[in-house]
Amino acid sequence: MVSIVYAAPTSIQDAVELLADNAMPANVLAGGTDLLIQTRAQAGSAESRLFVDVKKIKGMSSANMTPQGLELGPSISCAEFTARDDIRALYPGLVEAAGLIGSTQIQGRASLGGNLCNSSPAADTIPALIVNSAQCVIVGTQGERRVTVEDFVTGVGSNCMHQGELLKLIFVPTPVARTSDAYLRFIPRSEMDIAVVGAGVSVTLDASGSCQAARVSIGAVAPRALLVPEAAAALIGTSLDAAALTAAASAASAAAKPISDKRGTAEYRQHVVGVLVKRATLIAADRVKP
Amino acid sequence: MSEAREFKHIGQRTIRPDGYDKVTGRANFGADLSLPGMIWGKIHRSPHAHAKILSIDTSKAEAHPDVLAVVTASDFPAIQSETIAVGEGSEDLFDLTRNLLAADKVLYHGHAVAALAARSERAAAEALSLIEVQYEVLPPVLDLRAAMADDAPVLHQDMFTEGYDKKPEKPSNVATRLEAKIGDIEAGFAAADVIVEREFYTPTAHQGYIEPHACTVRYDENGQSMIWCSTQGHFDVRARTAKILDMDQTSLKVIASEIGGGFGGKTTVYLEPVALLLSKKSGCPVKMVMQRTEVFIATGPTSAAKLWVKVGAKKDGKITAMQGRLAYEAGAFKGSPMMPGVMTMFAPYDVANVCVEGFDVVVNKPKVAAYRAPGAPQAEFAAEMLVSELADQLAMDPLELRLKNAAREGTQTLYGPKLKSVGLVACLEAVKNSPHYQAPLGTPQSGKVRGRALASGFWFNMGGQSSVVINMNPDGTGTIVEGSPDIGGSRASMQMMAAEAMELPISRLKPIIADTDNVPFSATTGGSRTTYATGMAVVEAAQKVVQQLKERAAALWNLTPEQVEYADGVVHAKQGDDQLSVREICQAAEKTGGQISGQANINARGAGPGFAVHVCDLEVDTDTGKVDVIRYTASQDAGKAIHPGYVEGQLQGGAVQGIGWALNEEYIFDDQGVMENSGFLDYRIPLASDLPMIDTLVVEVPNTFHPYGVRGVGETSIIPPLAAVGYAVSKAIGAPITTLPCSPPRVLKLIQDKA
Repeated sequence: MVSIVYAAPTSIQDAVELLADNAMPANVLAGGTDLLIQTRAQAGSAESRLFVDVKKIKGMSSANMTPQGLELGPSISCAEFTARDDIRALYPGLVEAAGLIGSTQIQGRASLGGNLCNSSPAADTIPALIVNSAQCVIVGTQGERRVTVEDFVTGVGSNCMHQGELLKLIFVPTPVARTSDAYLRFIPRSEMDIAVVGAGVSVTLDASGSCQAARVSIGAVAPRALLVPEAAAALIGTSLDAAALTAAASAASAAAKPISDKRGTAEYRQHVVGVLVKRATLIAADRVKP
Repeated sequence: MSEAREFKHIGQRTIRPDGYDKVTGRANFGADLSLPGMIWGKIHRSPHAHAKILSIDTSKAEAHPDVLAVVTASDFPAIQSETIAVGEGSEDLFDLTRNLLAADKVLYHGHAVAALAARSERAAAEALSLIEVQYEVLPPVLDLRAAMADDAPVLHQDMFTEGYDKKPEKPSNVATRLEAKIGDIEAGFAAADVIVEREFYTPTAHQGYIEPHACTVRYDENGQSMIWCSTQGHFDVRARTAKILDMDQTSLKVIASEIGGGFGGKTTVYLEPVALLLSKKSGCPVKMVMQRTEVFIATGPTSAAKLWVKVGAKKDGKITAMQGRLAYEAGAFKGSPMMPGVMTMFAPYDVANVCVEGFDVVVNKPKVAAYRAPGAPQAEFAAEMLVSELADQLAMDPLELRLKNAAREGTQTLYGPKLKSVGLVACLEAVKNSPHYQAPLGTPQSGKVRGRALASGFWFNMGGQSSVVINMNPDGTGTIVEGSPDIGGSRASMQMMAAEAMELPISRLKPIIADTDNVPFSATTGGSRTTYATGMAVVEAAQKVVQQLKERAAALWNLTPEQVEYADGVVHAKQGDDQLSVREICQAAEKTGGQISGQANINARGAGPGFAVHVCDLEVDTDTGKVDVIRYTASQDAGKAIHPGYVEGQLQGGAVQGIGWALNEEYIFDDQGVMENSGFLDYRIPLASDLPMIDTLVVEVPNTFHPYGVRGVGETSIIPPLAAVGYAVSKAIGAPITTLPCSPPRVLKLIQDKA
């Protein structure tokens, strides 16, 4: 069983210093819904760990709408996030992704930044953030840097952050007019499960319904969520007719590099990711305000 | 029993006496008892599915400053092979001991190898890694085909298949072969116009009780040892533990805690004898609580099964022959529920020619335990799938086909007796006339297809030994002391039956589950026996109390008992105005010979078999293979529903477990026999949001053996869903389902292969 040393700094600078200290391995604690389970799983280990609770830092749990976009404190809980009508109006797909995590109870603690930093291939919010061109603002002892969400995650459970770095902000740009998004995941049950396949789609339509821009991201079909420009290209310039949707689905299936595991076979995931891309595209298009 | 009897309490929907404690969190479950000086036990488990144990070195663990005891199989007294009753089946005591702690071999991933107890739960968990075991890894035998192959690695060198005339020359993984038949199966098929035949497969599935196994024990060298545990049968825990540790039963008291689900899985022991051994060695009380993963990998799931079935019928639908060949995985030790599978397979049918052959097969998986109608869901799944297919081949309504061939009073069963009054036809009629079956299936949205199917189910139900004492208190209230752990609302039923027999308000009668020292032996709660058998004992004890009340009142009036009568809690003299209430008689008990109580220790026979018929509507997403049940109705014969709400709950709970087994539940192993989904995230039991309301149709065909007509209702309801769901999926996608569960990847593959 791991021994936990708990710290709750009130400033970014204090947090970064604690995380950079080499005395013991350190983890950022936001909602803790992944971290506590993972720590508990190491029952036989006798090591000491530092948990740096970032929720007491001003701004880490808030969400501000600016003309440029949404400034999202990474430790905002999914429950607070999904309750915000102003956010839902602009990013309905991102809100539905956050609303799929765990259960109602879990969403009271689980955070968007935690979902991102846990960097699971099956994380629901990551494809939804990617299609919204979200960026991560990372702060460390050396200063700040910005990374797109699609480049943030580097593999199964790993990301580009180094020891001593903290995710300070998630920035989601304001979508251009006549844009909307959708996120769908497949699970064998109705809730409380982990995505077998996930797909996020954002589309921008012109007045005639023709697709001007699109982003497609797929989850749980590769070591990390993938942005699939080929699928987007299949949609752009079309009226999202059946042929375009089929082409996008094929592009998503082709980009997917799934494994077979207890949650589904590779063959199954490859097929279903295309199905979800089609369905999410139609939902996103339907949400575009005239 | 009399016809159309008027009941005052029976048939009401009372609040269960244990309800408040459970909803407020006051109820004490298996892990809730702590004692002064208590320490924590943990189990070191095998990482291999099949291996020889070369050595076990516990010295480092023993040297840990917080570790107070370490035990291995060598700490058990020598045990001889002996068959003992367990819930609805039996197990071998020697095998049970080997399952508690492996001796020379480990036989499944998670098999217990050693146990230790330490001052804290944390220290115990840390010290487990100090136990060093050297293994010689053997090839694992992971399914029936591998186990039954000629060149299969043999799990037990001393196991020779029983059930053949001649003892086989070679040891085998097949423990037992059984054949049961009536009539002439060849002639039956020769007389058939249509014959259907298919092989099916069902996976390893777990009971999925929410409460993990847990106990707190205290060994006492002066004969006052104690076990507190979550169990369906504390007398069986006492018997097993006493045998294994070579103790007298009188020196061991077992207290059944409240139980958070059992479904058959808490009818044997996993922790209790090991904990008591740790307590004996350390001199301290010991608590042991399993983690969820341990529950999955090391406690009894039910058997995976391979089920071949063949049915022949005349053009008019009269079935002439039914034949089955069943193989059940027992897990690491012999003793699958193959026999009840053989006996129940075709029980819903009145057919002259029946033959079923069964095989009990060991594999490198956890030893199976009872699970709600053990063995029946698998066998009856295969039979019901094929009967539905036969209906389609004959272009008959599947309900009419079942009515035409339904088992009824006088039907010769494969397991021996001719049926007495049973409710299958009544269940079929109830479904036929139900709003559900009358309604059209409806048209799905594009991209989805729908199917409807129905299936029957049969379970024997059991009687057996039950003991009850009703102690009247000086204020005229009564305590119903029973020995049957309440796993499904039985205390409420006991209270209602006593209230009916004693004509008293239920609020004046309190049912309690006594420990093994405080009530005579009572068999395990299992086999749907408790409301039937313990209920009979309650009624008998209550009648004895009423008789005494009459005697005491008569004595006060210088009358004979025949000169008084009892009604609504009052004894009246038949002549004159003298009357005394129960309260007054109890208050005066010291003047009339001491306190009043009634006792009944019975061995109940004549449990009425339970029949059920379920109908399922479902929808399949043809792009993902996901199945959604959209409407479901469960009909079952309860004989007499003592508490209709809890009877409906049993029907619904069984239906949901069966639906889960049909749709998503299965053990997933890697190629070395390591379970990959040992948690509720990936072992997917249904969620409330997955299912529609399960509608119930409770049919009441009284069981003549019970004073109020009760039949057990706890188990039959898990049987029909497997085929009701399975065949509805077949109908929806237009391709035969042969393998459960109907998980999305499997269903999608069938859809794609068909296209």
